[in-house]
Formats: sequence, structure tokens, C-alpha cells
Amino acid sequence: MQHGKYRFIVGFLAAPLALYALFVIWPFVQSIYYSFTDWTGLSPEFGMVGFDNYSRMLDDEVFWKSLQHSLTFAVVLPLVTVGLALFFAFMLNVGGRRRKGAAIAGVRGSSFYKIVYFFPQVLSIAIVALLFQFAYNPNSGAINSVLKGVGLGSVQPDWLGDPDLALICVMVVLVWSTVGFFVVLFSAGMASIPRDFYEAALLDGANRFTTFFKITLPLLWDTVQSGWIYMGILALGAESFAVVQIMTVGPSGGGPDYSTIVLPLYVYQKAFRDGQAAYATTIGVALLLLTLAFAAVVMKLGRRERLEF
Amino acid sequence: MGSTSAHTNEGLGRRDLIKRSAAIGLISVPTMGFLSACASSDSGGNGKVEKGTKSEKNPLGVNESAPLDFVLFDGGFGQQYAKDAVKVYETNYPKAKVKFTPTQKITTTLQPRFNGGNPPDLIDNSGAEQMDMGVLVGQKQLADLTPLLDAPSIDNPAKKVRDTLRPGIVEMGQFDGDPVWIMYYAYTVYGVWYSQKLLDSLDAKYPETWDEMLAVCEKAKKKGIAGWTYAGKHPYYVPFSLYPMIGKVGGREVLDAIDNLEPKAWEHPAVKTCFEAYYELVQKGYILKGTPGLDHIQSQTAWTEGKALFIPNGSWVENEAAKTMPADFDLAVSAPTGIDSSDKLPFGTIWASGGEPFIVPAKAANAEGGMEQLRIMLSEASSKNFTKSVKSLTAFNGGTDGIELTPGLKSGVAALEKAGQNVVNPRLQDWYVALQKEKIGVAGIGEMMAGRATPAETIKKIQKYADEAAKDSSIKHYKHQ
Repeated sequence: MQHGKYRFIVGFLAAPLALYALFVIWPFVQSIYYSFTDWTGLSPEFGMVGFDNYSRMLDDEVFWKSLQHSLTFAVVLPLVTVGLALFFAFMLNVGGRRRKGAAIAGVRGSSFYKIVYFFPQVLSIAIVALLFQFAYNPNSGAINSVLKGVGLGSVQPDWLGDPDLALICVMVVLVWSTVGFFVVLFSAGMASIPRDFYEAALLDGANRFTTFFKITLPLLWDTVQSGWIYMGILALGAESFAVVQIMTVGPSGGGPDYSTIVLPLYVYQKAFRDGQAAYATTIGVALLLLTLAFAAVVMKLGRRERLEF
Repeated sequence: MGSTSAHTNEGLGRRDLIKRSAAIGLISVPTMGFLSACASSDSGGNGKVEKGTKSEKNPLGVNESAPLDFVLFDGGFGQQYAKDAVKVYETNYPKAKVKFTPTQKITTTLQPRFNGGNPPDLIDNSGAEQMDMGVLVGQKQLADLTPLLDAPSIDNPAKKVRDTLRPGIVEMGQFDGDPVWIMYYAYTVYGVWYSQKLLDSLDAKYPETWDEMLAVCEKAKKKGIAGWTYAGKHPYYVPFSLYPMIGKVGGREVLDAIDNLEPKAWEHPAVKTCFEAYYELVQKGYILKGTPGLDHIQSQTAWTEGKALFIPNGSWVENEAAKTMPADFDLAVSAPTGIDSSDKLPFGTIWASGGEPFIVPAKAANAEGGMEQLRIMLSEASSKNFTKSVKSLTAFNGGTDGIELTPGLKSGVAALEKAGQNVVNPRLQDWYVALQKEKIGVAGIGEMMAGRATPAETIKKIQKYADEAAKDSSIKHYKHQ
């Protein structure tokens, strides 16, 4: 049966590989090529400039700021989002008290909570960002109004207008809008863990903490790792761009005093506002390397013995 | 879960790691592929249309049957005024088809067309997605509009178009030397905007010196009204009154030095004095609370609701804030308050300049048609139509007789008359967009007005930004002639 195996495989893979090369790999090669030119993006003419864009990038304060913020996003957001989602998923599926003979169950009303958590996921990120922009309005926004309502009229932060708070405000919105997805993902993972494990743990007198750390988390590890990487990429790429661009201040986003600028936004500004498309592709290359490094680090750190059951 | 790992007991191998991370990397940076999507391929200048024969009625030699491609920024002024002008073109050249495209996404629509070498014939390059004029000029993508300026005007064939324009308009469209690359169509008055009614109710008149300004603000504060508000998220609105104030206090040369990115330009004493004056507003609590977190619409709304007395803005505000402005608001604009009588220029010194930049691309198929369309728009009839419908002046000098001016417009015309020759025109915002808006505006003045930086710190910071821009070889530099 081995006869012609490779011909068979090649035959089936050639078309998709060609498409992949044309629409995914080729643009990357092109972008890297453009990063060595002085292309403005506003005319077809350009010339080669060697490593000029790269040395300029290393001297660019705003680039370092956006890199720092993107790194913060990539470290903090997965940590908080995945952590919260694990907690919620555990409580929804396993964390309830025993009742009516069921060995494991979620907290009361868990099916309702599941919908509530997932709800932000159905909204477009642009709508979420706009909603929160109104909520953060220091003059008439919901948050400051609530603060006033509970007698905290003296605490009226400028939220997105304050460089110390703006970045945190943006991160909170991203957590709010993505945590539901991971709750559902982890719930699905938990559903496939055999119930006898939990029953055995209960018989041994394990409490919720022990159950979580000794049974749920180890058996869920693969899902957590995938979720971690997925969230990190969201935080480095598209989602952070949308939220920062729509919500924060400045001519095209970026916060007061560059307090919320992130790499994808900086790429956008350079390419489509300042007419420096070549420099933008250079920053894009930096973003590519950062994303690769992030994925590699997470894979390396997340390496564990697989458990079988 | 995990049960598939029967024959790979050691988990993830090194090769797998590399392979997988490469794969993830490849799908994860959409920005890169996105950028290359506008890959530049020089398809070569496609055929320009043949020129028509010049005549008295057709001084530019427009090909009467060539189609015209017109892209308009559909923003604060809407699109009706341009549609009306297009109708005139179609009446004059019945064989020509005009393709009229109003859009808010100028760059998104036009960047690929510039890269492909087939741009439209006439563009209103305005709005948040405006293409960088400096780059377009530097890359030789624009047509010289001198033929249009030297053509006879529609209303009076004995007069050139050039002679029917407001002072400063032609110069604004030049960058280096004689060619005129841009035709600014609107004429904007910048300054301090307020409700005459609210000011009257405080029993005050518009302050001419800074001491008077502080007194008016104090009076307002006692009544629970803030003295000032501004677009806190876009603090580059503050210069609309701050820059002419610097010009008034220190003279035109200070503003020119700033525009020319001269070293130490920002360290001029006049700059310091004016920054300190504005900072005093912050310190004395005369700025509406929460202002740094408001955008332009939100701050304008707070102002039309009477929560604040003054707002630095441009003459488009009358149209933009019309929805929330009470009927008896009695909108007025004033030249900025100065320090005292020792200022170099008299009270009334104001910032006014062209807005809505129209360009004709160098590679346009029907460049003559584009210019002819502009010539029609610069006629008295079209100019009046614009002023009447969107409450703003045009580059056409005059054209306000016989139409009933709205309060804001009337006050703007009066302010221009009072200013006489003392009209200043700082160029940072069209020469160096990123420097003016993001660096000086948001990171510099914005932080100072939010009370988070002192004037001295702010000046130091701004001077550093200006020096960096002066050194940056990727930006084209300009000088006042």
C-alpha cells in the first residue's frame, strides 16, 4: 500500500500549499523587502536604503514605547484573562456544592452565568470599544456617574485622559470582551474530564482548591496553553489595535503622551497617516519577531509531561 | 484529552516547537500582509485624455467629452456644495460624464490608486484620513495649479482667478518656490468661540488683556460656569487661540521661527509668557472639570450647554455643533486675548487660513477638467452657495453680500475686518502633521492643560520634539519665504 504514497500526498497538498505561499508567505517576503526601501505608500516610486529604517527604528522613542506597551499586553492580558476564565469555568462546572446526589455540579445559576459571560463575545470589538468610550467619559460617563451616585463625588478620574490610567482602562476592556470565549473553551475541556476523578477526590475529602490544582488544571493543560497563545496573539495584534485606535485620545489614537500606543497602531500611523509605508513595514517585521518569540517562550515554558487517562 | 499522545510520550519536541511557532507567527501578523496588499506595481501612466481647444468659454482647454473623476471628502461641510458645482460642469460640458465619489476614507480610497498610477482628476484631500501633502509634493504626485490661477475668472473674464482670492490663499498652496500645489477652498477663522448671550448674562465683555480674562473666568466660576473647555482628547485645538496669542505677544517672527523649526524657537520669552498664562487657567480651576477626557464633540456639547464660557475652535464649529446649539446662543468668535498693552501686535490679531485642500494629481487623466471644476467652484455663485449652506467662508474674496449671515459667520467676518493685516498663519499643522498634532498637541500642550506638566517642562519637551523633526531626514522640511 506504500506504493505512490508521496505522489498521492503531493497531489493533494500542492494546491493548498501554493495558495498558502501566494497569499501568506509571499506578502511576508514582500514586506520584509519593502522594509529595506524608502517607499512612501503614496507613489509607486521607491529606492533601496539598506538598513536605514532599522537603525532609525532603534533610535525611535515612540517605537520603544509601543514595544513596551505591546509586551505588557502580551504578558498581562493572557495572565489575567486565562486566570479569570479558569476560575469562572471551574466554578460553573465543578465548584458548586453537592446537591441532590450529583457528585459534581456548578454553582447555582451557572447556565445563566455562562450566557452572561459569553455575551460580550457576540459584540463586534468596535462596538465594545465605543461603548466603553462613553462609559469612561469623565463628564457624563457611566463610571464616574456611578462613583458620584455612591457618594464618591470627589473621586472623578479622567480615565482615558490620564496617562497613568489609560493603558489599564484599555486592558480592562479587552479582558471584559474576551474572557467569555475562554470560559466556554475551558468548560468544554472540563466536560471531557472523567467524573470518577472528581468523585474519587471528593471521597478522599479534597476541597475545591485541591481539586482544581490536582485534577482540573493538569488535565486541562493543553487547552490552557492553546488559549494562552491565542490570547497573547490577540493582545499583540488586531484586538489591541482596534481598542486603542477607537478608544484612546490623540489624532489617531495612542493616548495622552503616548501612554497607550501599541505596535500595530504605530504601524498603521506610519503607513496611513505619515506616508512612511517602508518604515511601517520595518515595525511590522519587529512585530513579527515579537510574536514568534512570544509563541516560542510560551511553548517552552508550558512544556509538561502529558497525562493519560 | 491527551489520549492521542500514545506514541509521543515526551510531549512537544524541539522541531515541533519551531514548526508550530513559525506557523503561529505566520498567521498572526495580519498587518504585514495587509500592508503589502497595496503592493506598489508601476503600471505606468495610462493615457491622458487629449486636450480640447482653448476658447473664451474654455480657457483651460478642457476636452469637452472627456470624463471627470472627482473624489470629495464628505465631512463637516457635507457634499451638497460640490454636487451643485458638478451640475454646473455638466451643464457647461454636456458631453462629459462626471464620476463624483464622496467618501470619508480618503487614504483608503486613494492610496492604492496613487500607487497604481491612476489617481482621479480632482481630490478634496481632507479629514482624519488626509494624505500627507508634504509627501505627495515631495514625490511629484501633484499637478501645478498655476494655469488655473492665471485663467480668467468665471464672473469677470478681465480678472484672473488669482486676483479673486483672499490674501494668503495662493501662498498656502506653495511649498518651495512658485508652483502652487494645493487650492484651499474653505476659509477658516480660528479663535476663541463663545456665546454672546452667556457673556452678556455675566455682565462682561470679551477680555482684551489677560488680567481681564482671569477676572471674567472668576466671575463665571462664582456662577458655577467654567471659564474654558477644549477638545481634551485632541488638545491640538488649543493652539487655535494659543498660537495667534504667541504671535500677538512676540510678533510674527516668533511663529515663523517655530514653523521653520529653528533651534530654540520655543524658548522665546513670548512662548513662555503665553504658556504660563494658559497654565494659570488650569491652576485656578477655570477649566471645565473632566475636560482632558472629552473629545471635540463632547467638549463642544458641554460648551453649548453653557457649562463653559470659551472654547478654542475653528469656524466649522457653527455647522458641527448646530445640533446641540440653542437657537438663542448668539455664537461669536474673538481674536485671542493678549497679555497687556506691551504686546507687539494689537488686539484683533487672529489666525485665519485656508481649509479643505483640493489637489489635482500629476498623473490625472483629465487634469484640465479637474482645474476647470475648481474654477467653477471659485465663482461667486458657487462660493455663495457654499457659504449659505455650510456657514463657512470660501477662498473667494467677498461673496457674502446679499446673503443673510448666521451669527457665527457674521462675527467671523467682523473679526477678519478688525484684524486687517494682522492675520497670522502658523503652518505647523499642514507642514508637519505628526509633530503638530501628536507631539506638540497631545504629548506637550495636552499634558500641560491637564495640569500634569509645568510650562517650563512642556517647552523643553516641545523644543526636543521640534529639534528631532528638524533632524529627521524622512520628513521634508519647509521654510517661510
